[in-house]
Formats: sequence, structure tokens, C-alpha cells
Amino acid sequence: MSFPRRAVLRDSLSVAIPVGTYGAAFGAAAVAGGFSVLQACALSLLLFSGASQFAVVGVMAGGGTAISAVATGALLGIRNGLYGLRMAPILKLRGFRRILGAQITIDESTGVAISQENRGESAMRYGFFATGIGVFVFWNLFTLIGALSADSIGNPSSWGLDAAVPAAFLGLVWPRLIDRKTRFAALLAVVLSLSLTPVVGAGFPIIATVLIAIFLGWRSK
Amino acid sequence: MSQLWAAVIGASALCFLLKLLGYSLPESFLSNPRLQRINALIPVVLLSALVASQTLTKESSVIVDHRLAGVLVAALALKMRASFPVMMVAAAVTSATVYNFI
Repeated sequence: MSFPRRAVLRDSLSVAIPVGTYGAAFGAAAVAGGFSVLQACALSLLLFSGASQFAVVGVMAGGGTAISAVATGALLGIRNGLYGLRMAPILKLRGFRRILGAQITIDESTGVAISQENRGESAMRYGFFATGIGVFVFWNLFTLIGALSADSIGNPSSWGLDAAVPAAFLGLVWPRLIDRKTRFAALLAVVLSLSLTPVVGAGFPIIATVLIAIFLGWRSK
Repeated sequence: MSQLWAAVIGASALCFLLKLLGYSLPESFLSNPRLQRINALIPVVLLSALVASQTLTKESSVIVDHRLAGVLVAALALKMRASFPVMMVAAAVTSATVYNFI
């Protein structure tokens, strides 16, 4: 167990605190999109995965059905399952601890854990839990703050909240646009979803873009 | 149950099961390169489609309004490597300004 505990904790909190405060944007967006404060907080406590939460809010606010919101949120949640696959042999969790560990298996906890690889498996475990629990606490606290503030301000458009939601999605996708293939996939997704918007019900134009991922991912180049 | 609660509970349950599934499947599940490539592209296409629909659609029509100004400023902020909160605030302030004054 000889790893620089303070350094790992610093790495963990330097991710957990800024990401957690961003929960305020989610809480505000959820309330602006027609969700109650309680529903916004339930999403942060129970779903606890930023992109999926914003997707559920975005699809419902755009007039989609619950089914398309659940499908979009779940498709974005697949990667958390793959993080679990990666973390399972390092964390070696059983029983109730596995349930808690699974709930905090997100981009940030996995990212910090993997970044501690050269400090050994104990450091990876410590980083995973410190980051996961840190994000969970701050994300939920700031969701409540954001939701309560948005609840009291009236028209979301006059505060720019309706642009903050797509800006959040843009910020989430931006670091993934690393090569020509991903940028091409992103462009096709924009074109396909906008072309389908007048034709099919809200939510479906978004889910339909998974076909682009399958088509482009099928070929090796 | 309202549609909103159905979405909250359904998405939460399914996303939790996906997280738990990762701890229950054999690691070799990840080794198929085709699945890896498709999986890497899924967030890219879904998030891009969400950017487009949240910026440029209202109900079932494509429209240009104050939100586009906000998102263009967000893109500029990201290009200039602004932090997440700065980018969000810049987008909101721009959109609100266009909405209220133009």
C-alpha cells in the first residue's frame, strides 16, 4: 500500500470538484426542460452519469417520449459498462461494495484510476473511489442548487439556459473529435438528425444516428 | 405515472444495470475490435445529434434562433481552450443577450 496518498487525492479532487459544480448546469437545464426539482435530483442520485442525464432531459424537453429518452440515455450509458469491465479485475468488488462501485463507475472515476497506473493498483483503487465519491457528492449538491435557482427565475430563454444545454453537449463531444473519422461521424450525425426532425417523432432522429456509428465502425479504416 | 417519471426511473434503472453488467461479464467481451470501434463512435454521434437538435429544432421543425448564437460562442470558447464553466456561461450570456435585446 505504498503510494503517495496525498498526490492521488489531489488528482482526484482536482477532477471531482470542477465536474461536480457543473451539476448546477444540469439541475438548471432539467428544471428549464420541465422536470421538477425532485426529478432533477433523482436523476443525479440514481442515474449519475452526466451525458445520459442531459440526454434524458434534452429528449423530453424536445417533446420526445419516455421510451426514446430512456433509449438515448441507455445508449450513452453503455460506455460505463465497458469501464466496469476495465475496472473489475483491479477493484475486485463483491456484494454490496460491487453495487456501490458500479454506481460510481463513470468517465471521471475510471479516467483518474487509469491515470494512476504507474503508481500501482492500490493507487488506482484509491483514485477510483476518491474521484467517484467526490463527483457523486458535489454533483448531487450542485444539481440541487442549480435546480432550485432555475425554479425561481422564470423564463429559461431570457437567462440563456436553452443554449446552455446544447453547449454542454458540445463540451462533452469536443474532446472526442480527435481525428477525421470522428469528425466525419459527428457531421453525418448532425445532418441525419436535422433531416429526420420534420419526419419522425422527437427523440428518434437522435437514436437513428447510432446507425452511423455502426456503419462507420464496421469497417476498419 | 407521468412520462417524466417514467423517463427518470427507466433511464436510471437501465443505466445502473449497464454499469453493473461491466463487473459481471468476462473481460474478453471487450476484445472484438469491431465492437470497440462502434462503441467509440456511439457517444460521438449521439452527442453531436443532441447538439444539433437542441440548437436548431423546436418541436418538429428546424429553426435558427438565439440558441445558435450561444452555441457558436461555445464552440469558439472550446477552440480557445476555455474551461467548461466559462464556455457554458459564455453560451448562456450570448444567447440571453440575443433573446432579450435583438
